[in-house]
Amino acid sequence: MDISTQDAPAPPPTTQTAEEKRNARGATRPGDRIFLGLSRGSGILLLVIMAAIAVFLTYRAALAISDDEANFLTAFEWEANADPPKFGIAVLAYGTVISSIIAMVIAVPISVGIALFVTHYAPRRLGGLISYVIDLLAAVPSIVYGLWGALVLVPHMNGLFGWLDSYFGWTGVFDWQGGPARSLFTVGILLAIMILPIVTNVSREVFRQAPQMHQEAALALGATRWEVIRMSVLPFGRSGVISASMLGLGRALGETMAVATVLSPSFLIETSLLDPGGGTFAQNIASKFGEATETGRDALIASGLVLFVITLLVNGAARAIIARRKEYSGANA
Amino acid sequence: MDKRPERPASNLQGARLPKWTPWAVAVGSVAAGLGISAAAGLESSIQWALIAALLFVLVSYGLGVKVEGGRQAKDRFATSLVWVAFLLAVIPLASVIWETISRGVKVLDFYFLSHSMGVVADSEVGGGINHAIIGTLEQVGLATVMAVPVGVLTAVYLVEYGRGKLAQTVTFFVDVMTGIPSIVAGLFILAIMLQLQLEPFGFAGSLALAILMMPVVVRSTEEMLKLVPNELREASLALGIPKWRTIIKVVLPTSIGGITTGVMLAVARIAGETAPVLLLVWGSPFINNNPFEGAQASLPLYIYQQYAQSAGNAAAYDRAWAAALVLIIIVMILNLAARGIARWKAPKTGR
Repeated sequence: MDISTQDAPAPPPTTQTAEEKRNARGATRPGDRIFLGLSRGSGILLLVIMAAIAVFLTYRAALAISDDEANFLTAFEWEANADPPKFGIAVLAYGTVISSIIAMVIAVPISVGIALFVTHYAPRRLGGLISYVIDLLAAVPSIVYGLWGALVLVPHMNGLFGWLDSYFGWTGVFDWQGGPARSLFTVGILLAIMILPIVTNVSREVFRQAPQMHQEAALALGATRWEVIRMSVLPFGRSGVISASMLGLGRALGETMAVATVLSPSFLIETSLLDPGGGTFAQNIASKFGEATETGRDALIASGLVLFVITLLVNGAARAIIARRKEYSGANA
Repeated sequence: MDKRPERPASNLQGARLPKWTPWAVAVGSVAAGLGISAAAGLESSIQWALIAALLFVLVSYGLGVKVEGGRQAKDRFATSLVWVAFLLAVIPLASVIWETISRGVKVLDFYFLSHSMGVVADSEVGGGINHAIIGTLEQVGLATVMAVPVGVLTAVYLVEYGRGKLAQTVTFFVDVMTGIPSIVAGLFILAIMLQLQLEPFGFAGSLALAILMMPVVVRSTEEMLKLVPNELREASLALGIPKWRTIIKVVLPTSIGGITTGVMLAVARIAGETAPVLLLVWGSPFINNNPFEGAQASLPLYIYQQYAQSAGNAAAYDRAWAAALVLIIIVMILNLAARGIARWKAPKTGR
């Protein structure tokens, strides 16, 4: 963070008492004190909420896991309502990771392309229009994507799946039995569409900050536009694109409704990505919740806790990279 | 690295393809893509689009290599890839909006907006979304009432007072909170409800939505407060006005347009959230005006339930699409209004 301007003039900062500090900030009047208290209180409230989320989820999850007769991490079943309850998150973890990876593989190159298009290729007016369209893409609620995915995208995937099966079926990964295309691969494509806006927007901001001087220097040396981008824009924006992708990954990991509507779940890990089956954390919670008993709900909370921790790590890492970037670009400016 | 000359040029300007080449190649590859699909009997529109995109990129590159040389060809290759990326992104958006409108208008009329599903089975024709609209308005309204003061005050703290450890921690956790999946926020409230043995009710959904909304409000408000020029604050303080009155009378009014925009975007975002409502409010076919007692419906949840519980019934699908259209219209109006306000009230900074 930047250096505080108020604290700077005080020569020995260690001798300053808390009272003096407050006086230095001008918060002496009762109104000031109340207002500072209110606004600081709101900030603290946010921290309390985050802590409460962790505490409550952990507590209920601990209740469920202590009842669990199967191994919570490795079991391939979800019989949380049975007596004794047996459930494990192996299939969910696999499905969540695989669908998110597919989404990233599709979305990140396209997003980088669009971000470059907006910042370096399109005429200014068209660029603004495209940014606007991308924002609209972000505004469409996820349930609408889910409905569209289930009723429009799934029937359209058959042709692509048949083609993948006939040319790449031998790998096993793209083997297709001809069932409805409600598979992890379709989910990945839908997730890619959904995370496109956030990855594009963050990358666009980073590319826009790329130093103009470097680009002009490259152009003056006779570089083509692509060479300018490769030599001066992409190296500058690399960490920004990485953190943008991780923000998108965080979205994809936690997406619920679009997966719940499209996927036809099963508690098996299929080698084929095209055959229906598998599941994700969020989808499993949404689909299993209706018939869950109290232990069943606690079991779902336990799986939600795992999801919470994963998204926390991914988002934290993304933010850390962005924060470092900020300092770096600030020093350059 | 690539600055060595590729080939000794006889004059300063190498051979160039005419300006209309990309367009011609685009039209040609779309035609070829359509032709190949028709000839091979491929029924999916995804395939011919992919074939056309591939042809476009390859032909641009090939022509470039042949006429202009390697470096220019690479440039053309990158340009065409970037164009293809852009088009790939536009297609799904156009499809989502087109399908929602064309399938949604079938049953969308005043009857649909003013009736509930109370006496209509999911498989029957008829019924409407009145109960869902009421539920959405109440839940989102309550969430907004809770989230906006907390969010704005937190932003004020971060911008106007925030120095040191606490502010840094809050900033970090606001960032982290932005990434909480909506279903986790729902599970949190659910855990509390299990602890207290509560039955589902609308306000529980509002609490989860408020958690999702707070960090968004903080972030956008923070950005707006930072745009307020320091001279305004200094002028006010120099007149002997206490800091809190300076904030309320000078800083906030100056940035009110931007704050409103941020709030409306946040409202638009939570209005479409389904997962927490599914866990906490359950949904109900009847009109329930009281968000503090009993299950309620909400628009996104209604869409999900019409889709999931109807087993492929056409009447239910029609209702789901119509509700989706209503939801998109609401969200888009909020977005457009927010952007309008942003443009109209934008603080005049000397940037």
